[in-house]
Formats: sequence, structure tokens, C-alpha cells
Amino acid sequence: MMNNEALKELINSWFPELEFWEEGSEFLNIEVAPDQLFALMRRLKEDEQSSFDYLYCLSGVDWGETLGVIYHLESTNHRHSVVVRVQTKDRDQPTLDSVSSIWYTADFHEREVFDFFGITFSNHPNLKRLFLTEEWEGFPLRKDYVDEINMIIK
Amino acid sequence: MEDTTVKSNFKSEEYFINMGPQHPATHGVLRLLLTIDGEIIKKVEPDLGYIHRSIEKMCERDSYQQIVHLTDRMDYLSANINNEAVCLCVEKALEMEIPERVKVIRTIIGELTRISSHCLWWGVMGMDVGALTTFFYGFRDRELLNDIFEETCGARLTMNYNVPGGLMFDIHPNFVSRVKEFITHFKTKIPEYDRLLTDNVIFHKRTKGVGVLSREDAISFGASGPVGRGSGYSCDVRKYHPYSALSQVDFNEAIRTEGDTFARYSVRIQEMWESLSIVEQLIDNIPEGDFRIPTKAVIKLPKGEYFQRVETARGELGVYIISTGTKSPYRLKFRSPGFSNLSLLNHIAVGGKIGDLVATMATLDLVIPDIDR
Amino acid sequence: MSSALSITGNIHDWLYGAMPEWAASLVEMVLIALVYLGIFAIAGLFLVLLERRIAAWFQQRLGPNRVGFQGLLQTMADALKLLSKELTGTNRADTFLYNLAPYFVIISSLMALSVFPFTQEFQAFDINIGLFFLIAVSSIGVIGILLGGWGSNNKYALIGAMRSGVQTISYELSVGLSLLTMVLLTGTLQLSQIVEVQKSGWLIVQGHIPAIIAFMIFMISGTAETNRAPFDMVEAESELGAGFHTEYSGMKFAYFFLAEFINMFIICAIATTVFFGAWLSPFGITESIPVLGVFWFMLKTMLLVFLMMWFRWTFPRLRIDQLLTLEWKYLLPMNLMNIVIMAVLVWLNLTIKF
Repeated sequence: MMNNEALKELINSWFPELEFWEEGSEFLNIEVAPDQLFALMRRLKEDEQSSFDYLYCLSGVDWGETLGVIYHLESTNHRHSVVVRVQTKDRDQPTLDSVSSIWYTADFHEREVFDFFGITFSNHPNLKRLFLTEEWEGFPLRKDYVDEINMIIK
Repeated sequence: MEDTTVKSNFKSEEYFINMGPQHPATHGVLRLLLTIDGEIIKKVEPDLGYIHRSIEKMCERDSYQQIVHLTDRMDYLSANINNEAVCLCVEKALEMEIPERVKVIRTIIGELTRISSHCLWWGVMGMDVGALTTFFYGFRDRELLNDIFEETCGARLTMNYNVPGGLMFDIHPNFVSRVKEFITHFKTKIPEYDRLLTDNVIFHKRTKGVGVLSREDAISFGASGPVGRGSGYSCDVRKYHPYSALSQVDFNEAIRTEGDTFARYSVRIQEMWESLSIVEQLIDNIPEGDFRIPTKAVIKLPKGEYFQRVETARGELGVYIISTGTKSPYRLKFRSPGFSNLSLLNHIAVGGKIGDLVATMATLDLVIPDIDR
Repeated sequence: MSSALSITGNIHDWLYGAMPEWAASLVEMVLIALVYLGIFAIAGLFLVLLERRIAAWFQQRLGPNRVGFQGLLQTMADALKLLSKELTGTNRADTFLYNLAPYFVIISSLMALSVFPFTQEFQAFDINIGLFFLIAVSSIGVIGILLGGWGSNNKYALIGAMRSGVQTISYELSVGLSLLTMVLLTGTLQLSQIVEVQKSGWLIVQGHIPAIIAFMIFMISGTAETNRAPFDMVEAESELGAGFHTEYSGMKFAYFFLAEFINMFIICAIATTVFFGAWLSPFGITESIPVLGVFWFMLKTMLLVFLMMWFRWTFPRLRIDQLLTLEWKYLLPMNLMNIVIMAVLVWLNLTIKF
């Protein structure tokens, strides 16, 4: 078990340019650039000290200007947690690296994010619509999604 | 790797078969695209979305009180635990001090919900491996629990008993005595379940060594609940992140190391005993006090991110709220146990027979609205 | 032909007295056919009701009890409902085979019914190869299932049909061999003669240990041959929907359904005839009232039917490879050993006779 301070120091020693914060959240949050995502994630999983082997939540978020993914990680050995956030400014062709080769569970969760947010995950083994039909237009969980028939706005 | 099967000059041909969306073994509108060679499964590809209601999108426009009502339409078999998860998350964000009475009642009802869910699962599990009688035995005992729920809050399945700040009503005066009656009754019934199904030789043959999931894969696939614990992966949220009154009680985490279908089955049977024991410890000590502390009519969570993990009957449910300080969440994500558990189906079912797939799916205990949300 | 028909001598004599021989023979055949169709329909409907009531009893519920006294007319009502239902089918099904299949199944079970000695005087067709005829005819039914599964143009039906084929071919061996074990004891295949032999003790007593083993094997493989749980791979509703009859509706479905129950009755009736003395009463207590033979025959058969229903409502289903392992690796070698033991027993005259 490492506390947030120790985790921050450890991760900062690998990737110095990351942004850390703890305000408004119970976990240690890390902001990572899309090009460093995969390297950071693999390090977090494989390093003995961190060993974040359990990806328990993967959520896509639309922040208005940016689209991104939030990864909640936990270590089953040390029982410490960390939250990794990645975002991309490109709303037309958002592309992030897939982490499904690190955690198998990301396979389905990334497909869900692709389905609802339209974020493409490169190197994903089977990236296609999971819930919606192939011909569905738009990405429903984006904030700018409009469907005048099915959505009830109050 | 050497192929040990008999070499044959006959060419076999793989073919596709659609299991579902209407199929007795998928327990709902799950569609599996199977690639089969004779009876042997080569690939399982789930196709989801037949009952997707986009609850997460609906949450973005609803108030926090309303969200609670949507959650029991997800995993309807552990509806009360889902309600509790959202309430706990909201209460955590508001930093509310919840009365002890509420915590204890929530835990009791949560554990009863777990038993009720496992009863239904046991009945259906038996039916999936061909023993039809189990279905009625499971439902017989589940009915008693539903009666207790009905008396408590007026609903039998989608209970909506929790509200942010406490409970909707106080418990019924008969609640304690009826729960005690149920405990005595159910203690004689679990051995009956064992006699009917667990100890059956054919059942052992059908389940042992079938659908084996290793511990590493279980963690990597994000398996939780009995599926993870059947693989020797200690993942009980009630132990690691206790909520409500669970830190006051003493119980064992049911764990089996084999990782096969029978291990997952045994874990659930063991869990019924553990839940009974939790209820037994709490039922006599429900503290006096308020059953709810009033909240504002419009709840506005402070800006920030809140995560609450609870253990439903299927595994770990996560409620992730991103709030910007308005009356509804900016983004609400449900990390549902069934979704992760389904993703490992292809991994463990390949190489088995059609009958194995059905038995394996039964022990994953999938509830489709939970996956489709 | 006429010598084989020993059903109620009086009618027989009267017919032959009143008509020329060919006409009498013809009328007699039609009469017998009608009687057996009646037995078939009533037994089928009654067994369905019995199954439902027994299932209800096992499952702590009531079962059908509203239509008629204790629900006796329930299955009749169901049959009428099925009769009025639309006969659906799939596109591009092999229509000829698809329509032919139910008749194969139902005719084979009807033919098998004809050789049973319900009582001394009540047997339509007492041929000297009775047992052989039974085994042969009862395996025609599987052709109907294969045709139905193939003709439906449905993959589930096809898997069910293939399972059925492999299952019936395997378990037929055990059915045949276990009956053959008993034939060693009786020295005849003719059913009336087999009953005659049992007047000095039922065969299960005469042949003691090997006979009991043979009986057990017969009941197991008989259950498998009728495709009932725990060997209902053919239907396996949680795996294949409804198996080979997925695409059948209305009366065609009812034919399959009825035939399944009649087959169960047939298997139990064979067991009664070969192991439990057919219509003979225990210790000859009602020997002076021959009509009661029917009662004893039905009582014994129904007890065995109950046993098979008990199997169905308590056991889980086997997997197809386990099903075949059970037959080829356990039942068949045991059966072959058993025949040798029985032969030695008969040779050394170690049977028990009263």
C-alpha cells in the first residue's frame, strides 16, 4: 500500500511532465498526454511497486471542447488506486491508444466508449459498434448529440 | 503443440449459429454469435444493445433523487444495492452523516437482496443444466423475501427504498420477526439445495473443469463478484471498501481456487450462508434513531468527482459522478459487473461444447439490463 | 395372419361365423387398428397429464386440476387447441421430409404397441420374434427425428437431430443386449412364451443378480432411447431451444409430443413384460380372475413410468460426450460381461425357480 504522495513521487520519477492533483476527488489524479498514454499505462501495470493490475472503470467523458477517457486503476496486491485522465482536442477524429493489450477488460469498455463517444482506439483488436447498430449516426453520449425524437430535454 | 486427437481425413466445416436474442439460455435479450465446429465452440461474440436505454445519458438531465429510480432498472435482481450505491455516492459528496439505523437497515436489506438474487440464480442454473425442479425451489424461497420487501416498502422487485439521506420509510413493525422467520426457514433450505443439485454426480460432471478462468485472467478481465472469487481472486468490495454497516459485521469472503464452473457455483452457495450470517448479526441490533435526514429538495453536489463501489449480487458496481455543481451530474458512469463478466465469456467458452457454454453462462449470472444499462 | 390375432376369442369366432373369411379378416384388422388407436390416444393423453401432475408434485405446486375431475380433460383440451393451431414452417424447408417426419415417429410407436400381452387374451400380434420385432420397430422412430431435423432448415433442429441419431444408435446396443441377456433365460423371443416362462417366478427373480443388472442397464438405455431427461440431448431446451421439433407447430408438434410419451410407455411395458412377469399377479393371487391381468400389467408399467418421470424431474442433463462415454465405456462392456454371467448361470442351472 502506497499513499498518494508516494505514488505521485514514483510516477513522477518515470514521467516528469505529468500533471497531478487531488482536489475534488478521493484518488490521486494524473493527466497524461495521448502520446504518453500507452507507455504510462504499461509502466503502471508492470512495475512491481505500483502493479496496477485491475482496471475497474473506464469511462469516456465529453468535456465540451475535449473528449477523453478516465481510467480507474487499482492494485490487487497493494490495494492502492489511481485515476488516469487523457483527453484529445480533436472532436472529429479523436484517436487514443488502446490499452486492451494491457488489461483485457478494456476491450469491451473501449468498444463502449467508441460506440457512445466516437473515440477511436488504435491497436484495438475488434473495434466496432457494440450496443448500437452499424448504421447509427452520431455518438449519443456526446454533449452536442441531438435526437429530437428520442431525447426528452427538460 | 502436438494434436492428440485422432487425425481424420474428413474435413469439418465451421458454421455460425445465432444464440439469442430470444433463447432460453441467454436469460434475456443477449445475442451471441457462435462459431461452431460440430458441437465445439470456436468463437463467441456477444452482440449487445437490445435493451439499451441509455441510462447514463438520462442521468445527465435528471436530479439525483430521480437517478436513484433509474438504477434499479439496471440489475433488477439486486435493485436495492444499486439504489444504495447512488445514495452512498451522493451522501459521500454532500458529506452527510447518515444515522446508524439507516446503515444497518440498508445492509440487512442489501444482504437479503443478495440472497434473493442468488436464489433465482440457483433455480435458473439448475434449469440451464437440465434439472427443471430447482427453478421452483429457488423461487419458493425467493417469494418469502419478496413478501418481506413488499411489506417493507410496497414493491417486490424494483424497490426504490433508498433515497439520498436515508430510507424512504421506516421498516414495518413485522420486519424483524419475519426476517428471523426467514433465516430459520432458509437455513434448512440450503442443505436441500445441496441434496438436490450440488451433490448430484451428473452435475459435478457437467460443471467441474468446465469454463476454467485463471486468477490472472480474472483480474485482467475485470471479473468481480462470485466470478472473480471462484478463480481465487479476493475481490469482495464489502471486505476491501466496506460501506454502510458492513464494517461492523464479521463474515468470511467465499473463495474457491479452481476457477471452473463448479467453483463459481460453490462460491454463490457459500455466499448465501455468509449473507444469512450478516443478517443474523444485525437483525437484533437495529439501533433506534431517524430513518432519514432531510435533504434539500434540489440536491446540488459540490464540484468534483465521486466514486462509490458496492458489491451487488453479481459483482462490483461502480458509480462515478462528475459534478460541476449543478442539480444533475455532468457525467455519470455505471461500472456494471455484468459487462466485465460478459467480456470474458469468449475466453473461457472456446473449446467447450454447446452444453458447456450454457453451464458457463449460467454461472456468470448475467442480467442483460445490467450489461445494456 | 388370423392365427396371430388372439384378441378376445368371442368376437373372433363370431366374425368368422358371420362372414366369409377374407371379409372377417379385414373387419377384424380394422377393428383392432381402431382399438389400438384408441389405446394410443388415451394412453398418450393420460401420460401427459400424469407427467404434469407428477412434475407438479415434485416441484411443490398443484399442476393442472381444473378441466374435468382432477384435470383429467386438460390434455384433451390441449390437444384440441393444438388441432386448431396454424401449421407453420420455414422457408426453403424440405417440405416433403418435413411433413413426413411426424408420421414416421408416430407410426413406429404405434406398431410397437401391437405386440404387448396386456393380458392372456389381449394381444394383437403374437409373433415368434416378438422381442426382436420390438427392438427393430422402436428404432424406426429415430429416422423420423432425423428427417424432421434435416427437413426443418434450422440449425438448432439439425444439431438436435444429429444428437438424436448418435444417441439412439449407441443406446440401441444396450437395449438389445440387455434384452438378449434375458432371452438366454427364457429361450424364446415370443412375448407370450416369455410370460409363460415367468409363471415359475418373474425373470428378475429367476435370473437374480445378472437380471437386476440387465434391468438397470435397460432402464438407463431405455430412458436414453426415448430421449428423456437426463438424456434429453435432442431437445435440451436450454441449449437448443426445442431441438428437432423447433419448427413444428400445431398437430405435427403434438404427434412428436405424443410419440415421446408412448415411447416411454413402450419402454416400460417391455421392462414389465421381460422382467416383471407382464400380466402375472404377484404370487398368483388373482390367478382365478384373468381380466385383472390388465390391471397388473398397467400397474407395473405405471410404476416404471413413474420411475422414469422421477429421473426427469430430479436429474440435470448430461453433455453429449458424457452420454456417449457412459454408453461405450461403461454400459456396453458391462452388458457383454453380464451376458456371459447369465449364460454361465443358465448352463449351471443356478436360476431361482418356484
